[in-house]
Amino acid sequence: MGEELRLPIAADVDVVEARQQGRALAAVAGFSSGEQTVIAAAISEIARNILMYAKKGEIILGLVQNGDRQGVSVVAIDQGPGIPDIDRAMQYGYSTSHGVGAGLPGAKRLMDEFEVDSVVGRGTTITMKKWRRSI
Amino acid sequence: MADTKRSMSVSTRASEAPALTESSAGLLRELVAHLRQNRTQLREEWARRITRAELLTAMTEEEIFAEATAVYDNYVEALETGTFEALQAYSRRLSERIIPRGVETDEVVGIVLLLRDVLARSLFNKYQDNVEKLNRILDSYEPAANRIANTVAVGFVEERERIIRQQQEAIRELSTPVLQVRERLLILPIIGVIDPQRARQLTEQLLRAIRANRAKVVVIDVTGVAAMDSGVANHLVQTVEASRLLGATVIVTGLSPEIAQTLVTIGVDLSEMATVGDLQGGIEEAERLLADRAAPTATPVREIAPESQR
Amino acid sequence: MEVPILRQGQYLIASIQSALTDADLSHLREALIAQVGRSRCRGVIVDVTALDVMDSFAVRTLRDIAHMARLRGAETVIVGIQPDVAFAMVQLGLTLKGVATVLDLEEGLAFLDSRTKATLDTKPKRGRG
Ligand SMILES: Nc1ncnc2c1ncn2[C@@H]1O[C@H](COP(=O)(O)OP(=O)(O)O)[C@@H](O)[C@H]1O
Ligand SMILES: [Mg+2]
Repeated sequence: MGEELRLPIAADVDVVEARQQGRALAAVAGFSSGEQTVIAAAISEIARNILMYAKKGEIILGLVQNGDRQGVSVVAIDQGPGIPDIDRAMQYGYSTSHGVGAGLPGAKRLMDEFEVDSVVGRGTTITMKKWRRSI
Repeated sequence: MADTKRSMSVSTRASEAPALTESSAGLLRELVAHLRQNRTQLREEWARRITRAELLTAMTEEEIFAEATAVYDNYVEALETGTFEALQAYSRRLSERIIPRGVETDEVVGIVLLLRDVLARSLFNKYQDNVEKLNRILDSYEPAANRIANTVAVGFVEERERIIRQQQEAIRELSTPVLQVRERLLILPIIGVIDPQRARQLTEQLLRAIRANRAKVVVIDVTGVAAMDSGVANHLVQTVEASRLLGATVIVTGLSPEIAQTLVTIGVDLSEMATVGDLQGGIEEAERLLADRAAPTATPVREIAPESQR
Repeated sequence: MEVPILRQGQYLIASIQSALTDADLSHLREALIAQVGRSRCRGVIVDVTALDVMDSFAVRTLRDIAHMARLRGAETVIVGIQPDVAFAMVQLGLTLKGVATVLDLEEGLAFLDSRTKATLDTKPKRGRG
């Protein structure tokens, strides 16, 4: 607990690096390989959004604990354009870039906790957590 | 994790700091020296009392003596240093070893209390001529001894809970087997109540089985499912989709018309799902699909449509 | 990381060897489409066994490959999606609808054989290209 991994996102290799580091951390936290994949996929989506919409930003990975439950937290921070209508952005299929529009709603579905904090002109922070099911 | 432990032991030391005045620190040192000097005799006495009290009956006398020695040394060290990490770690390892052999919580609490008793008696014998000093020694010994007993017991209980959860997990996995009835055909009969966690496990198990058995067709029979809400139904849809990604066609059987109607009403898209009335019919349909070598079971390429809206 | 594209009979086989960046994926798409046009092959197999994650960009690229190859007269089949990857994909809402997917390379070849044969049987006029 406490230690966190800060990963700059400024190029597409950084997206690959972030999801691989996320998978490794999830493995350390004892997540099953299925859950590691789920966490890596969610990181991939939000890291790509940083690159695509804000050009650069940061992913912060950490271990979290709540009572005897262990989990990983992923925070994505950018100082990009922000999201004007978060509710719409969270809808499956909504995209301002002719994308699939599955990134935000999909990541929300993959993780246990998901929070978007965005101010137009200031930037976006997405905080998500996944908790281990048992043991 | 490591940080949590560190901060825990810090607060431990802090909370006991008031008791550790100059003289009581000196008393603890004297106490530790006494326990070190009489190590052989005291741990033998302890092991004897454990056997006599019929605790740890699952273990041989040699094993009891070996563990007693280790616990004794850790105990004295915890008294001396006021830190509990080593003892905590040891009690966890000890629990790991003895829990599978059927040792119960009350036995572990029992042996730690016995040790406290053995040591207290020995202190009593040593200082019985000086009641005032005896009292002071016991005053500094008691809180530490209680804390040690607590550490060991909590370590044991936690480990036990962890093992129980692990066993429950294993039982869950066993309770829904993926059956291979013939080459490339799997049957997954789902029985009972499905919660989200169980649903996830079922899917993971099924997908691995598809790959391991190179299955082309899967029959999921939900006749035995007590109730199906939209969460479970959507999960079923996801399972069908994921199976297709591995090249297997899923046939769902045992979905009553009422349930199907309800699911459609609450907005679950069943259109992509092949459903057949009962298991027997499902297996026959699967056999047909498998026999039909000319038609590949992979979904034929249709017009490329955007991903379904969900 | 360049993805090798092999030709086997009437088919092109692209086997992804390691994690791919978005640029790698786009490059694969371009290279495959160019080769489908040049070689007039009948089928494309993309082997994704080595991918440990497939997100929306990867899925979209694979779908584009299938779509564009089809416009050039070739069927595409994706092979080797791992169980965990498939599960994460559907949870993300990515189902590769309209794109054929089978277990592995062997199945992929069998699938293309039966598809191209079926096409020849039902649409003889389309010829062999
Ligand atoms: N970090 C971000 N900064 C600004 N806008 C964002 C960010 N992330 C997402 N968005 C907006 O939310 C929309 C939906 O995102 P997403 O669900 O990932 O779909 P897609 O990326 O395919 O468009 C994007 O099209 C974009 O307008
Ligand atoms: Mg996106």
